[in-house]
Formats: sequence, structure tokens, C-alpha cells
Amino acid sequence: MGALTLARVALICATLGLFLAPWHGLQDGLSELAAWPVGTAAPLVALLLDGSRWWLWPVALLLALAAPALLRGRAGGGLAWIGGLLVLAVLGAGYAIGLNGLQWGWLAPLLGAPPPQPSLGWGAFLVLAGGIGLFAAGQAARGRFGADAFVAFLVCGCGFLLILFVFLPLVNMLSAALYEDGRLAPAAFGARLVAPEAWSLACVTSHAGCGVVWNTLLLASLTAVISTLLGLAFALLAVRGGARGPVSAGAFRAMTILPLITPPFVVSLALIVLFGRTGIVTGLLWDWFDIPRSRWIYGLPGVLLAQVLAQAPIAFLLLDGALRAISPSLEEAASTMGARRMRVFRTVTWPLLKPALAASFLLAFVESLADFGNPLVLGGDFDVLSTRIFFAIAGARHDPGRAAALALLLLAITFGAFALQALWLGKRRYTTVTGKGDSGIPAPLPKGLKFTCAAVAWPWMIFTAAVYGIILVGGFVHDIGRGDLSFTWRHLGTGFEVGWFDGAPAFIGSAWDSLFTTIQVAAISAPLTAGLGILLAWLIARQNFPGRRGLEFMTMLSFAIPGTVVGVSYIMAFNVPPVELTGTALILVICFVFRNLPVGVRGGIAALAQIDKSLDEASATMGGGAFATLRRVVLPLLRPAIVTALAYSFVTAMTAVSAVIFLVSARHNLATVYIVGRVEAGEMALAIAYSTVLIVIMLGMVLGIEKLVGRARLGRGSAPTIPSGA
Amino acid sequence: MSDVAITFDRVTKAFGNVRAVDEVSFNLPRGALVTLLGPSGCGKTTTLRLVAGLELPTGGRIEIEGRDVTGLSAAERRIAMVFQSYALFPHMNVLENVSYGLVVNGARKASAEAEATAMLKTLGLEGLGQRLPSELSGGQQQRVAVARALVLRPKVLLFDEPLSNLDARLRRRVREDIRDLQRKLGLSVVYVTHDQQEALAVSDLVCVMRAGRIAQMGTPTELYDDPADAFIADFMGEANVLAGEVLGPGRIALGGVALDVAMRAHPTGPAQIAVRPESILPQPEGATGLPGRIQRAAFLGQTREYEVETPAGMLFVVTPAASPAFAMGEAVSCRLDRVIPLRDPA
Repeated sequence: MGALTLARVALICATLGLFLAPWHGLQDGLSELAAWPVGTAAPLVALLLDGSRWWLWPVALLLALAAPALLRGRAGGGLAWIGGLLVLAVLGAGYAIGLNGLQWGWLAPLLGAPPPQPSLGWGAFLVLAGGIGLFAAGQAARGRFGADAFVAFLVCGCGFLLILFVFLPLVNMLSAALYEDGRLAPAAFGARLVAPEAWSLACVTSHAGCGVVWNTLLLASLTAVISTLLGLAFALLAVRGGARGPVSAGAFRAMTILPLITPPFVVSLALIVLFGRTGIVTGLLWDWFDIPRSRWIYGLPGVLLAQVLAQAPIAFLLLDGALRAISPSLEEAASTMGARRMRVFRTVTWPLLKPALAASFLLAFVESLADFGNPLVLGGDFDVLSTRIFFAIAGARHDPGRAAALALLLLAITFGAFALQALWLGKRRYTTVTGKGDSGIPAPLPKGLKFTCAAVAWPWMIFTAAVYGIILVGGFVHDIGRGDLSFTWRHLGTGFEVGWFDGAPAFIGSAWDSLFTTIQVAAISAPLTAGLGILLAWLIARQNFPGRRGLEFMTMLSFAIPGTVVGVSYIMAFNVPPVELTGTALILVICFVFRNLPVGVRGGIAALAQIDKSLDEASATMGGGAFATLRRVVLPLLRPAIVTALAYSFVTAMTAVSAVIFLVSARHNLATVYIVGRVEAGEMALAIAYSTVLIVIMLGMVLGIEKLVGRARLGRGSAPTIPSGA
Repeated sequence: MSDVAITFDRVTKAFGNVRAVDEVSFNLPRGALVTLLGPSGCGKTTTLRLVAGLELPTGGRIEIEGRDVTGLSAAERRIAMVFQSYALFPHMNVLENVSYGLVVNGARKASAEAEATAMLKTLGLEGLGQRLPSELSGGQQQRVAVARALVLRPKVLLFDEPLSNLDARLRRRVREDIRDLQRKLGLSVVYVTHDQQEALAVSDLVCVMRAGRIAQMGTPTELYDDPADAFIADFMGEANVLAGEVLGPGRIALGGVALDVAMRAHPTGPAQIAVRPESILPQPEGATGLPGRIQRAAFLGQTREYEVETPAGMLFVVTPAASPAFAMGEAVSCRLDRVIPLRDPA
């Protein structure tokens, strides 16, 4: 695409935004359009002429400035200035003047006391898109972005979206930690950061609870250590377990798919059913051994158990791969030099496994930090950062400053973990996959070690099966919480009753609304996530442009930010003009798209690494512009990566709870949030029945897609870490 | 229209601090096959990619057939390129590969396929249209890549080491095919290779590059017989480079021995003197020439190779197999037919 074409399309787009589309958001939906071209649906030109938005005249002037050259068929580098100023003018005015009039006090001499300005609407959106288009066309005309206007537009557009939906919310939230009652208060910020609620060590000396940071760190460390050890036991049995290895490997592999398709807190429900005060196991223990009923499951033990159940299979996946990659000839070499089995394991196998162990540990650590559902359901008095952040926003004392400070702490711990991992892995890298055919039989495990592994792994396996069995059974019996195991459809009926009125089906069940919304949001966000992710991967891997590293860093940034933090930052950033999205389904879609983007990007980059760059170049030399190349050469070759990204983002959108619990509304509720609500209302059976429905839907999705493209690598476990120091 | 196909005017391409192409200027004539030759890392491939538009220059101006293309992307330049890896699209069959360029340039599918079929026939590939690239032999893939480039009737056709994936026997035939095609269609071709024999065999003009600059440009004979400096002399075939002295026109001293030789004009005084291995003829001891002793002798079928120790240094010598043979350790006298006194590097 030439710069001129792009610039002309951008000009048309911006002109439409100026003259036709309503400038501000329509609060009451499309019915407001009746008032066009005045009132709330007025386009910018009307607002300029009646003088109520006089500070936006630069927008019209800039467009008038761009038009003559473009009509004469010339696209010059000056367009970049015009486009850039256009975007700045619209957004700047939007942020400077909000619902309460002037927001940026330092602009008072220039703007006086302007009237309040509601959020931006379609008109502003079109002008912004046009501005970005003009900016990109100008850059392409200057020879940047390989002189290809299409690439320039994609980069500028993606960059704009990432800044708007990843970077700005984060900065906005962190700056909220600096304010108290609308005033800058560095002292309050400092106090929040070192508050006893975060750092108290009271639990060491007394019965009082410890600071929430210590809780979080303790939980994450325990989860990481135990998950990694369990995963290691499983992996050793599967790869080095001798004759029965393949059998265990099959069983373990089947288990790894479960956490992927289970909403994170569902395991907690099963644990409550098993070990709660009126739980099945608790009851049996009371009846048989007179062990008193207690609430031990609510707190650290329960959350830990739930998190380990989710993380151990992922640790297994990582370590299984690493163990298989260790060439048996290394161990054989050690044996030929006279080392015994245990010594070979200690001196060769174990050191070679260290990087994978570290990776598995840190992944589980970070996942535990980010986990929100399990601590919410099972935490009891044991608060961690993610739940404390939630209650600082949604609890009785609404305190965004406190939430922001806690989010900052959580973010710092997460980044610290990633940095540690990068540091550790950066220093030691053992290449054990050489590409040479490697014959040789892996050394069998030392007897004692093998016995220990089996003694750990199989009971855990049975435990896992019991937990998921409860989930399957729980929705279809009268009251699993009190041990009433007679079969019933009642719970499923409460949620998913379908009636028949006037010959049309009516979805009476209370869960239908949230299920439909969930599927709808997942179905909309999945293709957007996959599409944008693959596009970004292509830009990052194949195009050379200034700011490429920055773009890559921003896509990875959203991966490292815990969901709760994202939720808080979104609700702070998009609750007020100029970009007001809370309460809409759009914000759910946007949240999912930018949360899951990194997986699509990483998958795309990995797939592109397999495709020779000269294919792109061949297309270019034959006259294929970037767009034609992308459509006819790159995308067809990337099909498997695209399908995987689609499946992943669909599944994650259906299971996520941490970020979206802040963003749902009565009109747009999601399945996971609905289930959490049922749990809090004590309707355990309905919650479990609903979870079963979700699991079945997602299992169908994952299996169907696996059939389509072969064993897809799904899950966060396959996603790499962010590059540090970038 | 001028007779210039490609003009470089002080073109520079820097990657970070490294100048892969450093203020290069040249005019390549239309209808000629020009090779860019040089050791790896000399900037020849970057130069080709600058012509193609796959890299944009950091400085300078590029013209193709009189049109300034400096800021244009590859897609807008109306060139075509044959890649080292051929870069055939693996998900398209041969016909789709060859018609690709026509289709993305807006041709109808039917007419594009008709043209592509005709081009496949020209290159002796008829009947292979429905095959996938992976189902073709290396030589066939190479010809599909050429067909795909030619079907666009480009102003300039670029080859990036097109023969390096072929075996030695096929390489010779394909390079003749390319040369014939180029002559028949009057194409302007730029051809990158690191193989000097290949360059000598196919080129109208050879442009030798070193460290991002043009070391010398000329016809194959000029470069071989009249190399500018020791680098070119050594790069364009084998050369013994010896320290000696020019005594006057047609008279030099090597290792203290004064010799009458054929040579180009050169100021008198000490100089580096290059001698091609085939310009040296070992004769039985006592004849006029540089005295020496055979250190190594090898019979290669068509030729014999010797290493001869002389007062001027070790000489590498190639003689026709029909010439008299010498054994290891034998004392000889080397007659030098032609030498090349080398100018100091600029």
C-alpha cells in the first residue's frame, strides 16, 4: 500500500469523524442518534460552530492543512506532524477537560473554565484512527518502516492500542498510589508502601495475622517448591521409570489438561466439599476416628492445596520435556567411567535439570502470586495481595490509593521473580539437544529414588482424581456438601432450565445470561487476540522499525502483570472520560485481548522462526506489498499457530476471573464471576454444576482443536517469560 | 533512454556502527550481466538487496533505468530476484508460484496462469505445474525460481548466489542456461557470487568488493590480467605475490635475479610482483630463469602442480600435463612469461 492511498483513506475517515459521527459517547445507546446533528449526538463540526468545544478547532484546522496536498496526489513527510498533532489534540483535550471541567490546572491560563466534557465517542474514534493513519503515511513517505505504509499503519496502530490499554492504565493506577483525596501526597504513598497491613510480622510472636506481603510470599514459595517437587517425581517416573514409564506418562499427561480447562477456583470448591466443616472426608473422620470437625481448610493449607493441584501438572510438563531432552549418552558416559546409579543421578542428571527446575519453580511462584480465585474462595482470614487489592476496591472501604499501593507491591514482587529467572537462566544454559541422532537408553532411576517418587506421585494422582471426580459428581447429586449423594438434575435445572413459550425456547435458568455473555465475549475476543497477536508477531519478527523492542516489551508487559492489578488499573483508567468503557461488554473484550496477547505473539514469533524470511522477500520483489505478502504467504503458513492462539484465548477468556471480576456489570456478567457469586451465597451445588458445564464446553473445544491441528501446546506453561531489561 | 540500468550514487548502508556498504558509486550498463564478487562479509549481498529494495540505504541515491527508487519499497521497484534458497512458497504449487507475481500485480487469474504456463514451457518445466515445490529436484526448483522471476518481465533481474545449492556438475550447466537466457532476452542482470570461476565464466562485467567498497570493476579479462592490487590478484584466481624490483620496462629483479618478462607499465623501484601459476614454466637446470628446487609435485590429470623453492620465495606452479615432468627434489630453472607488478593499495 502506498503512503498516498493510506493518507487519503485516513483523511476520509477523519473527515467522517469530524462531520458525521457523534463526537461524544452515547450513554443511552443508539436511540440518542435521533437528536443528530445537535444535542448529545452532535458531530464535532456542530460543536465547533456553536462554540461549546472551541478548543478542538485545531482538529479541523489540521485536517484542512492535510487535505490540499493529498487531493493533488502528493503524500509528504509533513503528514506525520499533522497526524501526530491530531492524535495529541484529541487525546490531550480529552484528558485535560473531564466531567468536572478542567482537570489539568496548569492549562487554566489557556483554556479558562471550559464546560464539562463527557467521554469520547465514534467521531473522536474516527478522527484518532485518521490521525494515526496520517502519521503512519507520513512516516512511510519518509522511508521509515521499509517505506511500506501498511506496515507503518499496523505498527502505529498497535503501538497506540498498547499504550492506551496496557501502558496508560498501569501508569494511571500507579500514580493513583501517590494521591490522597485528589491531592498529591507522597507521604501517604510512603505510608501505604510500608503499612503494617503489608509488612507486619505479628504472626511470628503472637496469634495475630502477618502482613499480606509475607502471606503472599510464603504461599507462593510453598506452592512453587511443592509443585516443582511433585512435578519432578511425576517426570522422573514417566521418563526414567523403566518398563512402566510409558503407562505413568500417559496417565500424567491426561492429568495435565485438567488445570487448563478448569476455572482456577473450581478446585477450591471441590476441596471445600471434601474437607470443609461439613465435608465428606471431614464427616468420615468424625464418624470413624472422632476427629473433630474444623475449618482448617480455610486459610493457608487450603489455598496451598488448591494451587498445587493446579501447578503440579504444569511443572510436570516442563520437567518432562527437560528430562527427555537430556541425552542418555551423557549418563552413559558417566556410567562407563564407573559411577553408580545414584551418583550418576546426583552428578549428571540433577545438574542438567537445574534450569528446568528453576523455570518450573518461578512459573509456579508467579502463578501463585497472580492467583485470585482460590484465595478468594478458600482464603478465610488468610489474605494475600491479590485478594486484598480486590477488597480495597470492592470492599466496604473503597480506597483506590491503597489498592494501587498494594498492586505496586504485587507488581514489584512479580517483576522481581521474572528478573531473577532471567538472571539465572541467562547465566547458565546447557544445550543438551544437539540435533544429532542420539541412541542410547536412559539410565533407570536408583531404586530408592524410584520408590520415593512412586510413593509421592501415585497417592497425589488418586487425590487429584478424587478432587476432579467431586466436581463431576457434585453438580448432579442433591447436596454434596452434606454428603447427600442421591442423583438429581435439580442444580443443573436451576442454572440451565429451558422453557418453551409460544413455540420458542426461553432460557429461564439463572445461569444462561452469564453463559451466553461468556461465550459471546470469548468468541469475540479470541479472533481479535489471535489476529492482533499474530500481526504483532509478524511485525516484531519480520519488520525492522524504530521502537520494535519497545513494542515487544509492551506486549509482554501485560503477561507479567497479575490479573487483579489489570482489573484495578482498568477500572481506574476507563471509568471516566475521555475513554469510558466500564459497564460495557467492550471492556471485557479489550481486557481479554490485551491479557492474552503475549501468548499469540510468542506463538507467532516461534512459528515465524521456522519460516524462511526469504519467502517474504521473494513476495516483495515480485511486487507483493506487505499486505499481499501477509495475506497470501505468511498467514497461510502460520495457520497452526493461529489456531493454537485462537484456542488458547478462547479457553482463557472462559476461565479467567481475576481481572474481569472488577469489570463485569449486571448486564454483562461472566460465568466465572457468576460462579464465585454462587459460592459466596452458599449455593455450592449450583456452582459445581455450572463449573461442570464450563469444563465440558472447554474440553470439547480443546479436544476438537487438537484433532484439527495436532497436539497443540496450550497453557501458560508453554509461554515464555518476558525479556528482562528490555 | 540511457544505456544505464542501475546507478548507485555514493550509497551507504550502515547496520549500527558497521558500514556494510560504504559510499559505493557505479553505473551498470543495460543488457549486461554484472557479477558482484567478493569474500563473505564484503557487502555484495547487501548491495544486491539495496538494488532490490529489501534494504533501504542510509545515504546516497539509487536509480533503476533512470528512475529514482531510493525511497521505494521492493514491491514498487519492478525488479525480480532469484534467491539462494529459491524461496518457493511451500503451500503453493508450481503454477501458483510462477503466477504469484502477476496476480499480486493485479492480473486476472486465468491470464496469469496462461502466461505462467508459457514461461514454464520456455524453461522446460511443462507438466510440472501442479506439483508442490517439495516434490521437485533441486535443479527443477531452481528453474521454477527463475521462471517466477522472468514471468514479470522485470527491468532488472537479480540473482543471489543462485547456484550454491546445486551439485558441481549441475552448477556448470545451469550457469550456462542463465547466461543464454540473459543474452536471448537482453536482460540486465546483477549476479552475486563468491565463486570467482563462476564470475569469470558468466559475466560481462565483474565488480569485486571488499569491506563495503568496490575494490575493482572491469571485464573478466581485465580483472584477471590487470588486477589493481594484491587482493584482486589473489582473489581472481591463484597468484604468487613476491617482493621484487622493477628495473625498467619489461625488466624486473626477483630474489636477486634479473629477468626479462612481459608486463604492464610500472614505475621503477621496489614493488610487489604477482605471477600467475600458469605463467611459470619449470625447465631443466641451467636454462635462463629463476633457479629453484621442486618441493612438491602432483599430477592432476589435466595439469601438473608443483611447489618450487626459489630465492624469491615459494612458487606455486601449474603446467599442462603434456609438458615435461619433474620429480621431487629436482633442481629447475623457472621461466616467467608474464608478471603483474602491483600498485600500492590506494
